[in-house]
Amino acid sequence: MEKQKAVITVVGKDTVGIIAAICAFLAEHGINILDISQTIVQDYFNMMMIVDLERADLPFARCQEELSVIGQKIGVDVKCQREEIFEKMHRI
Amino acid sequence: MINIWEVNETNKMVEQENLDVRTITAGISLLDCTDSDLDRLNEKVYEKIVSVARDLVRVGEEIERDYCIPIVNKRISVTPISLVGASVCRSPEDYVTLAKTMDRAARTLGVNFIGGYSALVSKGMAGFDEYLIRSIPQVLSETEYVCSSVNVGSTRTGIDMDAVRLMGEMIRETAERTKERDSIGCAKLVVFCNAPDDNPFMAGAFHGVTETDAVIHVGVSGPGVVKKALEEVRGSDFETLCETIKKTAFKVTRVGQLVAQEASRRLHIPFGIIDLSLAPTPAVGDSVAGILEEIGLEYAGAPGTTAALALLNDQVKKGGVMASSYVGGLSGAFIPVSEDQGMIEAVQAGALTLEKLEAMTCVCSVGLDMIAVPGATTAESLSGIIADEMAIGMINQKTTAVRLIPVIGKDVGEEAEFGGLLGRAPIMPVNPYGCGDFIRRKGRIPAPVHSFKN
Repeated sequence: MEKQKAVITVVGKDTVGIIAAICAFLAEHGINILDISQTIVQDYFNMMMIVDLERADLPFARCQEELSVIGQKIGVDVKCQREEIFEKMHRI
Repeated sequence: MINIWEVNETNKMVEQENLDVRTITAGISLLDCTDSDLDRLNEKVYEKIVSVARDLVRVGEEIERDYCIPIVNKRISVTPISLVGASVCRSPEDYVTLAKTMDRAARTLGVNFIGGYSALVSKGMAGFDEYLIRSIPQVLSETEYVCSSVNVGSTRTGIDMDAVRLMGEMIRETAERTKERDSIGCAKLVVFCNAPDDNPFMAGAFHGVTETDAVIHVGVSGPGVVKKALEEVRGSDFETLCETIKKTAFKVTRVGQLVAQEASRRLHIPFGIIDLSLAPTPAVGDSVAGILEEIGLEYAGAPGTTAALALLNDQVKKGGVMASSYVGGLSGAFIPVSEDQGMIEAVQAGALTLEKLEAMTCVCSVGLDMIAVPGATTAESLSGIIADEMAIGMINQKTTAVRLIPVIGKDVGEEAEFGGLLGRAPIMPVNPYGCGDFIRRKGRIPAPVHSFKN
């Protein structure tokens, strides 16, 4: 894989164990967390992680799918996107 | 490093404001397919298209998934077919075989459209050009994916009025042949002045002869994003208004640039240009008319519309050119009536007329686009409208185009329904007075004096 950084966003109703579930998955598959920030707006949980997939043991598309499934189980929306789209849009 | 607010802003644009990449268009040269045998030519054309673009749809979908940005269309444009078939096509029917081959290739690849069933006749029609033009009604009624365009004028050459007259007739005939579906064939036919060689948008895309063998062009969109950004600065002065449009256009174009580079890299096809156009869709909130309203007009078409559109178009270009080094195609605001909910409402309210739309085309990209007119409109009147629009392009050194749909069997007060991205269109009245004696004159309108720059 050439480009390794991805952004994971989690949006949904706040509940116990959201970060734990996502992080457990990342740790299990060798995905390193570079940055993490989180806010709660009107009971809505809003989190962003920048992760490095260099040593990930599964392809990007599978990673996206599995994160989305984990999200569905907890009742939040989990998205995983390559980082360049944000870099390109917000940095000259 | 990117922060949570920036990430949220980008995702909100996609999820709530209809930001998308409208098209990845692979331009393919067919000049090396020419042959003296029609069957062999057809075979070579098919092989070339499906081999060059075999991964286009798959790669488009991969990019969509990787970045979570919708890529609405994957398209192909080819060398103007009048040139490809020139050495062997001896009748309109011969050209029809090439259109069917294009259609078959598009179906095999799973692309949304294939453009380039085109002729470039700005200074005169050769016999083969005329064969192609005369085959257009049959082609558009018997193929599904093929789009057609004819360039009938340019600032350097003037306007070929023989071609303008013929196109009026061909538009009518296309309408007749597709009258069961509200004359939808005409939605895939554009008449141009100063047509660009690298336009990724349909129905006017073709792969110009000045282009390399294969190339990737990308057209972005995003009227909804611009409107939302302007809502945030409602009531501000012109400087703030312009700054906001520029910044938004920059962000939107950067996404297009990323998608273009990725598509080019993954397909091993060189990147050509980004087309900056603000392309509306019938979806609520994805409207160029909506931006004009946000700028301060009650409806598109109200006094002030031309000025507001000029401002919008210019700021989109200024923001966009900073975001990509290779900008081309049409690059401006599109004002198709049927594809823009705000334009439809403006027509229904009586605010927007054909004449006002003509004025608007002087200051934005393209021209009279996706406008339904009464089925009884004569070929001569259609040619007269085309001639007017071509004159605007010729004199102002810009691209103009006409995509009119005379809806057979329908009149003012009724509506044509095209479905999907093509939308629906209230039938607009056409000036009832004649121009037959003007259109029946033979020959061409000479190039304007400001074209002599050598």
